[in-house]
Amino acid sequence: MNMIAPRRRRLVLVGNGMAGVRTLEEILSRAPEAFDITVFGAEPHGNYNRILLSPVLAGEKRFADIVTHDSAWYAARGIELIAGEEVVAIDRDARRASGARGTVRPYDVLLLATGSNPVILPVPGAGLPGVVGFRDIADVETMLAACASDMRAVVIGGGLLGLEAAHGLARRGARVSVLHLMRSLMERQLDPASAEMLRAELIARGIAVLTEANTEAILGEDRVRAVRLADGREIAADLVVMAAGIRPSIVLARAAGLACRRGVLVDDRLCTSDPAIYAVGECVEHQGQVFGLVAPLFEMAKICADAITGAAETAFRPSVPATRLKVTGIDLFSAGDFLGSADTEEIVFRDPARGVHKRLVLREDRLVGIVLYGDAADGAWYFDHLCSGTDLAGQRDGLVFGPAFAGGEAQSGVEALPDSAEICGCNGVSKGRILGAIAEHGLTTLDEVRVRTKASASCGSCTAQVEALLRKAAGAAYSATPAVKPLCKCTRLGHDAVRAAIRERRLKSIPAVMRALEWRTPDGCAACRPALNYYLLCAWPGDYADDAQSRFVNERMHANIQKDGTYSVVPRMWGGVTSATELRAIADVVEKYQIPTVKITGGQRIDMLGVTREQLPRVWRDLNAAGMVSGHAYGKALRTVKTCVGSEWCRFGTQDSTSMGIAIEKMAWGSWMPHKTKLAVSGCPRNCAEATIKDLGVVATESGWDLHVGGNGGVKVRATDRLCQVHTPAEVLEYCAAFLQLYREEAWYLERTAPWIERVGIDYVRRRIAEDGEGRRALHARFLESQCYAQKDPWAERAADDVAFADLATVA
Amino acid sequence: MSTLHAGLGSSQWRDVGAIDDIPRQGARTVATASGAIAVFRTADDAIFALHDACPHKGGKLSQGIVHGHAVTCPLHGWVIGLADGCAEAPDEGCARRVPVRLAAGRVLLQVDA
Repeated sequence: MNMIAPRRRRLVLVGNGMAGVRTLEEILSRAPEAFDITVFGAEPHGNYNRILLSPVLAGEKRFADIVTHDSAWYAARGIELIAGEEVVAIDRDARRASGARGTVRPYDVLLLATGSNPVILPVPGAGLPGVVGFRDIADVETMLAACASDMRAVVIGGGLLGLEAAHGLARRGARVSVLHLMRSLMERQLDPASAEMLRAELIARGIAVLTEANTEAILGEDRVRAVRLADGREIAADLVVMAAGIRPSIVLARAAGLACRRGVLVDDRLCTSDPAIYAVGECVEHQGQVFGLVAPLFEMAKICADAITGAAETAFRPSVPATRLKVTGIDLFSAGDFLGSADTEEIVFRDPARGVHKRLVLREDRLVGIVLYGDAADGAWYFDHLCSGTDLAGQRDGLVFGPAFAGGEAQSGVEALPDSAEICGCNGVSKGRILGAIAEHGLTTLDEVRVRTKASASCGSCTAQVEALLRKAAGAAYSATPAVKPLCKCTRLGHDAVRAAIRERRLKSIPAVMRALEWRTPDGCAACRPALNYYLLCAWPGDYADDAQSRFVNERMHANIQKDGTYSVVPRMWGGVTSATELRAIADVVEKYQIPTVKITGGQRIDMLGVTREQLPRVWRDLNAAGMVSGHAYGKALRTVKTCVGSEWCRFGTQDSTSMGIAIEKMAWGSWMPHKTKLAVSGCPRNCAEATIKDLGVVATESGWDLHVGGNGGVKVRATDRLCQVHTPAEVLEYCAAFLQLYREEAWYLERTAPWIERVGIDYVRRRIAEDGEGRRALHARFLESQCYAQKDPWAERAADDVAFADLATVA
Repeated sequence: MSTLHAGLGSSQWRDVGAIDDIPRQGARTVATASGAIAVFRTADDAIFALHDACPHKGGKLSQGIVHGHAVTCPLHGWVIGLADGCAEAPDEGCARRVPVRLAAGRVLLQVDA
């Protein structure tokens, strides 16, 4: 044996993308010790799944979710990663690659995987700020930075990439127009009939689609303002995304003197004109063909690894590419020669009402082309037949209905597939791997399968198939994903998902939410509009402009509507304490406007009932003049803080509950809540203010204050849960504000504190308020911040506007 | 079939105000001898008019939330179609329609003279 190990060969990979890194993986699996490997990447991070940029843009994934190889992966394999440095020169004689920042690495074998660049149309204005490609995470970040609600975005290119960009931007709340040069969308993947269905679907989602739209210029001075078409039309734009195709990135290869045409020329072994240099991915040209989809790139990786390691003599023969559109809710599959020719036959199935269109193209009883729109569940099954060239002569009559009918066997699509069939196109996961993972790890839920295998973790279009496999393999142990109750019939999303989207995608208006989350109705309904208005108000205090037309009448009129259409008016009385001046002003108002009923409320206020709509502003003016403001007795808001007389007067009182109640009410009045919110402060454990059936009750003890939450005296009486004890009035205020803010941020609209606490558990609330000091102070601070904008008397703001409360006209 | 065409020969078109006097997704009322009429303006700037009383318990439809071409009554949440005045199933009943049209931004209402 040699005492000195043979020198390992030096391999330099130029381009840290999907094709290059996949080739490294293939090389390592064949010859783990053969090379010292250096990777140059222009982007300043590890490798990520570029196919999944559109879900990141759409806010359905975070960047971290799509990273496939982090720096630890390179380190664990002894690979030197030079991230953020582009290779600018290859010295083929000296066999050295040089980076832009001066890093030089010698090589024995060089692997070029420089990918492609977006085609930037050579039109005036293409260099303006606000014009971006859609190629890497930096482009996505540029788009997201520009993405404000109601932003106008124009996507140039109605192919796969352009439509995914359009979808992502629309999900972020932008108003999107797609400009496509050709007559029909995705003409390289879809036949005209399915393209038309796709167009209708996009328009229904609020995306404008302009076909035969020839971009002539991009207009703007210091930033893009509009796009002008050759026919003179101008489309306003705050952002322009160029998605009009990609072009192999060959500047480096050409400078190094490698043979190039459209791409870097390679032979069947992926070797370039220099035997020491190989190339894979979107930068190559093989037999006149260039590549843009992932499947052939991964095939290249295998062949190239065989050649570089000498493991096998194989030849690259690109397979038929198959396409799925990663646009949530649009089910589309296309492969092969879907348009057909003189020597082909077609089987077409159309059900426009269900939005389903299937076209199968056969040549001599073998499948050569597939378009599935609206129901692509059987895509993998058809594709398997296409690739294997199965003779389908005996199955033609049932073929278009899929595997459940073709061939007579009653099998669902996924059961009929061989183990090798690919289920998840995004992550390249086969049926066999999914079944293997289910068996090996005892998986029972979709999420577990996603975590283990990444199947259906990307665009989700294969979710039904993965669930079918799970149901079959896990049997009784299978647990279906629990159904989330939708917010209303206008959406399939639940409250939490809507709120998360508002925060994470920075949606700031009701139309932006509805566009981004694909509301089924043009402007919602009486259930979702008030909920969205509240969620937006809560998420963006000071930023969001309250939408009066999305408020229930009482909150729009700032008075309680009664069965006869008149209103009741309740002025605020801090802590339930009033004075001769206030009482006199109320008495004057009652007489002046001949208000029929005056009533003391359960919350220690005075209610004037039977005020007409026209009288409201005048009544408010008079009450305002006496120093009284709205009591919000009509709102999903902080209603009342009820108090007892406390230690000031009561012989049992231990603390000044009245002052405490007034202080809390002064802090909390005006805040909008998921539902009406009632507080009380009692001065001793005898609890005369009935604090233990309030949303938040404060009860004084000898040693401090007990805080109670989640009580209700309504239909279903519920006594409070004790939250904790605090000692100083300042602590009472801090804890109360924090609790109210937690309720504001996390309860569903129209959910009182009692059911909310039963849903999340008192332990959770204790953890957030009593145990997490930092979190509590942050909640307290957010409550006060929000109050800066909320504490404006709505009566004073409207008391001058008699016109709005009057009839539009009187017809004699 | 509905026979609820208000006013025929004896009625006339009356200018009751500008479309912009009515908030989008909202309504204003017109007082008439035969009771209040609610004039609605939808998000897409269509105009509708109904007698301002829900077929259920007479709630003021003018005070409801307007969505699509419908209004939800503020009293008990019945959804009334603005075009025909009829309640959405399973509720039954119709609010009386009043002919209304737009001319040069003015709202014209056909009411009994």
